[in-house]
Amino acid sequence: MRRYSVLFALVVLAVVMLFPFVIVTFNALKSPADYASGTPLSLPKGLYFQSIVDFWNRVDFGGKLWNSFVISATVAVAAVVLSVLNAYALGIGRVRGRLWILVLFLVGNTLPQEALVYPLYYLSKEVGLYDSKLAVILIFTVIQAAFGTYLLSAVLGQFPGEILEAAHIDGAGRWRALWRIVVPISRPTLSVLLIFFFIWTWNEFFLPLIFLISNDNQTVPVALGVLQGEKLMDATTSSASALLGIIPAVAFFLIFQRTLTRGVTVGAIK
Amino acid sequence: MITRGVGRGGYWVYLVPSLVLFLAIIVVPFFMNVATSFTRWTGVGTPSWIGFDNYARLFKDERFWGSFAHNAALIVAMAIIPTAFGLILAAALFDYIGKRFGTRTASALRAAYYLPQVLPVAIAGVVWGWMLHPQYGALNQIFHLKVNWLGDPDIALATVMAVMVWFQLGYPVVIFMAGLQRVDPALHEAASIDGASWWRRFWHITIPQIRPEIYVVLLTCTIAALKVFGPIFVLTRGGPGNATMVPSYFSYLNFFEKANVGYGSAIATILALIIVVVSFLFLRVQEKGQ
Repeated sequence: MRRYSVLFALVVLAVVMLFPFVIVTFNALKSPADYASGTPLSLPKGLYFQSIVDFWNRVDFGGKLWNSFVISATVAVAAVVLSVLNAYALGIGRVRGRLWILVLFLVGNTLPQEALVYPLYYLSKEVGLYDSKLAVILIFTVIQAAFGTYLLSAVLGQFPGEILEAAHIDGAGRWRALWRIVVPISRPTLSVLLIFFFIWTWNEFFLPLIFLISNDNQTVPVALGVLQGEKLMDATTSSASALLGIIPAVAFFLIFQRTLTRGVTVGAIK
Repeated sequence: MITRGVGRGGYWVYLVPSLVLFLAIIVVPFFMNVATSFTRWTGVGTPSWIGFDNYARLFKDERFWGSFAHNAALIVAMAIIPTAFGLILAAALFDYIGKRFGTRTASALRAAYYLPQVLPVAIAGVVWGWMLHPQYGALNQIFHLKVNWLGDPDIALATVMAVMVWFQLGYPVVIFMAGLQRVDPALHEAASIDGASWWRRFWHITIPQIRPEIYVVLLTCTIAALKVFGPIFVLTRGGPGNATMVPSYFSYLNFFEKANVGYGSAIATILALIIVVVSFLFLRVQEKGQ
């Protein structure tokens, strides 16, 4: 009896956690009339995609997806490249003062963005990068690479030295050794970092909110976050908006699930 | 030259691109922000130096203290409750559900708890903004209530806290379940033979064994709570009144809506200081614990 009561309690909790997802999906697929005639809990009478299509067109959701994708993908690749270069110098090269450099990067990554935002806003206006994707890409590349350096330096610190010595004897210089040997061997870790950076950047809200003010540059969280609670939003439009925000996030989760759960643990037991 | 030589010196070159960018994007703006915090400035024209006036004003500002009190409430909602609850859930899933109903059941439940975590936090705000809407929100309609969840100053903070518990809970569950795999089953077996109850084993074996994970979760969640901005912006904008005002939103308000850049910078500087000190303390405690 007791074993089932534990299971029951845990299943109830799972239902509570999933409840908002279910409600959002149900009501995003209802016509306004269908919504008015039932409760939010009732199943949609038919599949009505018009609220989603209308909302999609109204906010140019395709454009927002593209902006989010371009920013996140560029940041992910650039930040992994910088992390690899740094970790090569710190983990394998063991340059002098490496501990302090790591501390510096880590503090930089931990700082609240609020303490950087106004100068960045001001400087970006000075150099003509305000309201551009490039500004956001540059900032997040540095922030993510600071964390990546920390993680990857520890990993490359364990890199088998014999392999590098063998490469050196074969006449490979440092630059070649990095790209031909270190990078291919560390690929599993690098792919975890790449996915993390992509998703973290996708999820960012504060800096994109401030830097991407024109409609053509906004990312998905910014566009939907700003619209939340607007007068134009009714029940079905609100749920359509929420659903459009949920779908890419859940899709990434399903695609990257294996790598991610492994990565979460890697990140935890540093 | 980079490609030659066995010495260590040559590796510095690899750090140059990052150090230049880091200087331009983190170090210089950080010190500019600190400098601005000693000025009165609207964002245009020349800032005028006023020394510690902004800080003196902060310490007398009720909104400022209130915003930190709300931050403390959010630390409870985002770090303490999820950690405590996450430990119990992870242990129950790992050595009760996993052993009696199979690991697939345990993984499925874990995935359900984790799902909110995959959302951008602003989207979590969009979801709940709809669920909690006073007129057409799902929660009021389903339970036939007329509660203004986010608009009533007496319950707005509690509502935001509840949303954040929902959002945050999956993270410790996943981390702790991974940590539990390191625990030697022989310890538990020996304790059971000695007649130790599940609770006693949980308290004396499980928790000490996954202490590193507990520290990491508490630290990262506390920092996240101190930085929280997205859900506040989306759900309440710090209101009603100042019922859900937090430092990050308070500084944003001064920077971009009130043109009190100097004052905003002082708030942001204090927040940065607190976060760095909290991280440092956590790491010290963790070092001692090991």
